[in-house]
Amino acid sequence: MPGPRLTRAIATLAVFALAVAFPFLASGYHVYQGAQVLVLAIALLGLNLLTGFNGQISLGHGAFFAIGGYGAAILTAKLGVPYLLAVPLASLVCFAAGFLFGFPALRFGGLYLALATFALAVAAPQILAWKGFDAWTGGSSGVSLVKPHAPFALPLTTDQWLYFICLVSAALLYVAARNLVASRIGRALIALRDQPIAAETMGVNAALTKTICFGISALYAGVAGALSALAVGFVSPESFGLALSLSFLVGIVVGGLASLGGALFGALFIEFVPSLADQMSGNFGEGAKALPGAVYGVLLIVAMAVMPGGAAGAVRAIMRRTVGS
Amino acid sequence: MRLDVHLCALVGTPPVSAFLHQLASGLALGGVYAIMALALVMIFQATQLVNFAQGEMAMFSTYFAWRLIDLGWPYWRAFAVTVIVSFFGGIALERIVVRPFANAPALASVIVFIGLALIFNALAGWLYGYSVTDFPTPFDGPPWFGQRYLSAHESGAILVSLVVLAAVYAFFRFTSLGLAMRAAAQNPTSSRLLGVRVGWMLALGWGLAAAIGAIAGMMAAPIVYLDPNMMAGILLYAFAGAVLGGIDNPFGAAFGGFAVGVLENLMGAYVVGSEVKLSVALAIIVGVLAWRPSGLFGRRIVARV
Repeated sequence: MPGPRLTRAIATLAVFALAVAFPFLASGYHVYQGAQVLVLAIALLGLNLLTGFNGQISLGHGAFFAIGGYGAAILTAKLGVPYLLAVPLASLVCFAAGFLFGFPALRFGGLYLALATFALAVAAPQILAWKGFDAWTGGSSGVSLVKPHAPFALPLTTDQWLYFICLVSAALLYVAARNLVASRIGRALIALRDQPIAAETMGVNAALTKTICFGISALYAGVAGALSALAVGFVSPESFGLALSLSFLVGIVVGGLASLGGALFGALFIEFVPSLADQMSGNFGEGAKALPGAVYGVLLIVAMAVMPGGAAGAVRAIMRRTVGS
Repeated sequence: MRLDVHLCALVGTPPVSAFLHQLASGLALGGVYAIMALALVMIFQATQLVNFAQGEMAMFSTYFAWRLIDLGWPYWRAFAVTVIVSFFGGIALERIVVRPFANAPALASVIVFIGLALIFNALAGWLYGYSVTDFPTPFDGPPWFGQRYLSAHESGAILVSLVVLAAVYAFFRFTSLGLAMRAAAQNPTSSRLLGVRVGWMLALGWGLAAAIGAIAGMMAAPIVYLDPNMMAGILLYAFAGAVLGGIDNPFGAAFGGFAVGVLENLMGAYVVGSEVKLSVALAIIVGVLAWRPSGLFGRRIVARV
C-alpha cells in the first residue's frame, strides 16, 4: 500500500494529466466549458484563502471578478494592451481594490465584512452600467473583445488555446496558494481564524494580515474574471450580480472550506448544475429556473450540518479509511 | 443645479415642491427599511448574527398574502393571516433549521442564512413564477390631508411603519414577555437561572422578525412591485439603515432606516441618478464602518478577553 503522501501526489498528477488531455478529446463547446470550470476554480481558490483559511466571509467576490473582467476587456479592447499583460494588470487592480475595500470593513468582526461585501455584490451591476463610465464600460451593453488566437501557428483552436492559458494559470495559482498556506503568513491566517486574540498576543498584526488576505483573494478573483472575459469575448453588467457571488460561496462550501483541492469539485459543481437545470427546462418548464437556487440552498445547509469539509473532506475521509494512515 | 431644474421642468412643479416630494416619498420607503432594520436588530441582539434570509422571508410572505387576496379574501384579513402565518413560520424555521447551528461559528450560520435565502427565492419562483406583478394597497383613493407630496399608499405605509415601531416598543417596554426576551438576549445564563426559557425567546424573536418582515414586504410591494427578487435592494437599504443607526440599537436602526430612505431618494434624484441608487447603500455602509463603526446610536463594543 502506498502512503497517503504518495497517493496524493499520484492523484494530483492524474488529475493534471487528465486536464492536459481533455481539450484533445472533447468537442469545442466542452473545451470552452472546461476553461470556464478552470476560471471558476481560480476564483474559488481565492475565496477559499479568505473564507476557508482566514474565516472571513465575502458575499461580494463577484464584484472583484467583474473588475478583473472589465479590466481585461478595457485594457485589450480600448487601450490595445496585449492580453497576456492585461490579465496580470487587471488582477493587480483587483488586489488594490480588495485591499482598499477590505481596510474599513476588516477592522471589525467578520460580520461587517459580510454586510459590506453583500452591498458590493448587490450594487455592482448598477455601478458597472452607470452612465458616467459609459465611455469605458459601454453602459448596460458592456464591452466586446477579440478572443486571442494561438500564437506561433500552434495547431490549437482558440478555445483550446484559452483552455491551456486557464490551465497554466490555475496550476500556478494553486501552487502559490498551497505555498502561501504552508508559510508563516498561512499560519497567521489560520491562527486569526481560530484564535484571534491569541494570535494578536503572539504579535500577528490582525488588521494588516486580514486586509492583505482579502487583497490576495480579490486578486485571484480578478485573474479569474480577466480570463473569463477572454474566454467569453464579452463582459456585461448583469453577468456580475449577487447570484455570481453567491455561487462562489456555494462552490467553496461544496468543494470544502479550507481545502484547495476542493476548488475543482466546487467549480465543476457550479458550472454544471445551472446548465443541467437549463437542459431540464424541457421537462419542468419555467420551474426549472428555480432549480439551481433550490439545489444550492439545500446543499449549503446540508453541507454545514453533515459535511462541513465539503467534497474534499469526504474524499479525505474515504482515503483515510481505505489507505489507512 | 442643472439636473434639478431639468427634472422640475419635466414634472412642471417648482424646485422646492419637487424636493419636498422626493423627501416625502423617501420617508415612505424609509418606513419599510426602518421596520426591516428593526427585525434585523431583533435577531442581532440575541445572537450577534445578521439574518441574510430576512428579505427573502419577507418576499415569500408577501407572495402568500398576494395568493390569499387573489383567492378573493379582503385585504386586511389576508394581511392579518399572513402576519400570523409568518410569525409561526419564523418560529418553526428557528426551531428546525437555525437551532442546530447555535454553537457553530458565525461563518456556518451566515452560510445557512444564505442557503435559506436561496431556498425561499427558488420556492417563490417555482410556486408563483418570475414575472413582475402588481400588489394591491389598502390605502386607495386621493392623497390624505389635502397635501400633494404623498400618495395615499405612501402615507399609509408611513403610518403602518410607525404603528409597528410603536407596537414593538410597547411590547419590549411594557410586557413581561418582552422583558424576558430582552433579558435572554442580554444575559442568557442569568436569565436561564431565573427561569426564562432562553431557547424559546430566541424562537419568538425569529417569529416576530418574520412577522414584521411580512408587514414590510406588503407595504413595499405596491411601490416596488412583486417579484421573487423584490427584497434584495430593500434588504440592502435595511442593512445600511441598521449600520447607520447602530446595529445593536433598535431605535437607532429605525431612525437609520428612515434616514436611508430619504438619503437614497434625494441622492437618486439630485446627485448620482436613480440608476445607481443602490451604491448609496454601499457608500453608507462603507462610510459608517470607516468613520463611525458603532453607528450613530450604537454602543462601542468592548470584548472581554
